[in-house]
Amino acid sequence: MSTTKPCHIPSLVKKYLMAISGLVLVLFIIGHMLGNLQFFLGPDVINAYAFHLHHLPGAPVTLWLIRGSLLAFLAIHVWMAVLLTKENRAARPESYLGQKTLASTYASRTMPVTGVLILAFIVFHILQYTTRVVPEHYNETIGTAMIEVGHVPLEYFDVFAMMVSGFSSPIISLFYIVTMALLCMHLSHGVASMFQSVGLRNEAWRYKLKCLAAVFGWVIFLGFASIPASVLAGFGKDYLAEKQAAWAGAAPAAETPAAHH
Amino acid sequence: MKLHLKIWRQKNGEEAGKFVSYELPDVDEGSSFLEMLDIMNEQLVGKGEQPVAFDHDCREGICGMCSLVINGEAHGPQRATTACQLHMRHFKDGDTITIEPWRAKAFPVVKDLIVDRTAFDKVIQAGGFVTARTGSAQDANATPIPKPIADKAMDAAACIGCGACVAACPNGSAMLFTSAKAGHLNLLPQGQAEKDQRVMKMVSAMDDAGFGNCTNYGECQAVCPKEITLDFIAKMNRDYAVARVRNFFNHAC
Repeated sequence: MSTTKPCHIPSLVKKYLMAISGLVLVLFIIGHMLGNLQFFLGPDVINAYAFHLHHLPGAPVTLWLIRGSLLAFLAIHVWMAVLLTKENRAARPESYLGQKTLASTYASRTMPVTGVLILAFIVFHILQYTTRVVPEHYNETIGTAMIEVGHVPLEYFDVFAMMVSGFSSPIISLFYIVTMALLCMHLSHGVASMFQSVGLRNEAWRYKLKCLAAVFGWVIFLGFASIPASVLAGFGKDYLAEKQAAWAGAAPAAETPAAHH
Repeated sequence: MKLHLKIWRQKNGEEAGKFVSYELPDVDEGSSFLEMLDIMNEQLVGKGEQPVAFDHDCREGICGMCSLVINGEAHGPQRATTACQLHMRHFKDGDTITIEPWRAKAFPVVKDLIVDRTAFDKVIQAGGFVTARTGSAQDANATPIPKPIADKAMDAAACIGCGACVAACPNGSAMLFTSAKAGHLNLLPQGQAEKDQRVMKMVSAMDDAGFGNCTNYGECQAVCPKEITLDFIAKMNRDYAVARVRNFFNHAC
């Protein structure tokens, strides 16, 4: 017999969906970080990586399938978060005078806040580096670079230059670094919590998983934040200046880009 | 010892409550927390005022009736201790003590510090039992139960249903209670026959009663006077997933 009313998602199912969508997003984040870290291997490597990412077998269908499913999992994650948070607030309308916190971590109590900020970041991030519409003009000056695919040289969009140019703005870089710190917090609770939500945790593993999640959060933070931080420190500046001079020379119609400091 | 009390007074469920201050000039350190309230109530009755209503029964820490949030902590500052087993020696002379009822949507205030915990009964009625004729007692060891399983079931069965877990949870979630009650029977051979139905029905009753969701804070475990762990919540999450999948395929064929 059915134990649920129609159109009502049981509390535990909401938590499973939260955990599973979270896991998918965590796996994506690991892949994304490893991909991004090729930035430090130089323009040839990351530009070739970008080419391969956009020319996966079965592209563009596979690419859009991956993007679509990631967005779908993100949507599930946010949808469940909204439902759970709304219900939780309703279930506990009043607080105690001098409410004490005995066990919960700061990261766990701020999950909705860090979640919303990370979501806002994702929107900005896609607009900046995927659709490349914000900030205005930052990538109009980015041209192509030579890459080698299967020993065949070809011209492809210079992702390395785009990253350097994008992170040359201290405000944007700072925004990225701060958001990655928030992501570190979000993951330090989320990664341990997803094991509990699907029932794969016990007292013996609780502490270990908590430490593991904290370490994981830090790895993700350092991995991602190292890129804007190194650009701010001057990494890739010469390459970008050189390329921009070349692009300006090749296309005299385009305006000469402002010199980088 | 001299105490300053700030107590939540609320006439009934309909009217809004407020904190009222009381001074207790001379409290014995050896008295229990509830005895301290008894002394105060005697003084209030002597003055012709309404005594403060609070739940209590066995005063031995085994019935689960006392339900006080003391200085922002369910059952007060002592770990693994119900409010009735808490003694005044754990407070200092001149302390201000705040006393509030459990606060959760599913536990409406009846009067002052008394809340209605019928929602827990609904969860138990949904599956916290074994449907079997009991008859006369069978031979001991007729149903073999491994010692670790028996111990674990006993840990869960220690739940006295006081509701401190709900009171302490920032989400007003009853996961620790429900998981202890479901886990206790689901561990034992006698509970196997109804395992899937039990966990599905109890979770459904828990949701219907208006309790919040678990966000794995761990506050419930910290205040539980019987030291029930989050392990049982993990077990219930596991049992529920298995039950739903099994239920789905049983319907499919």
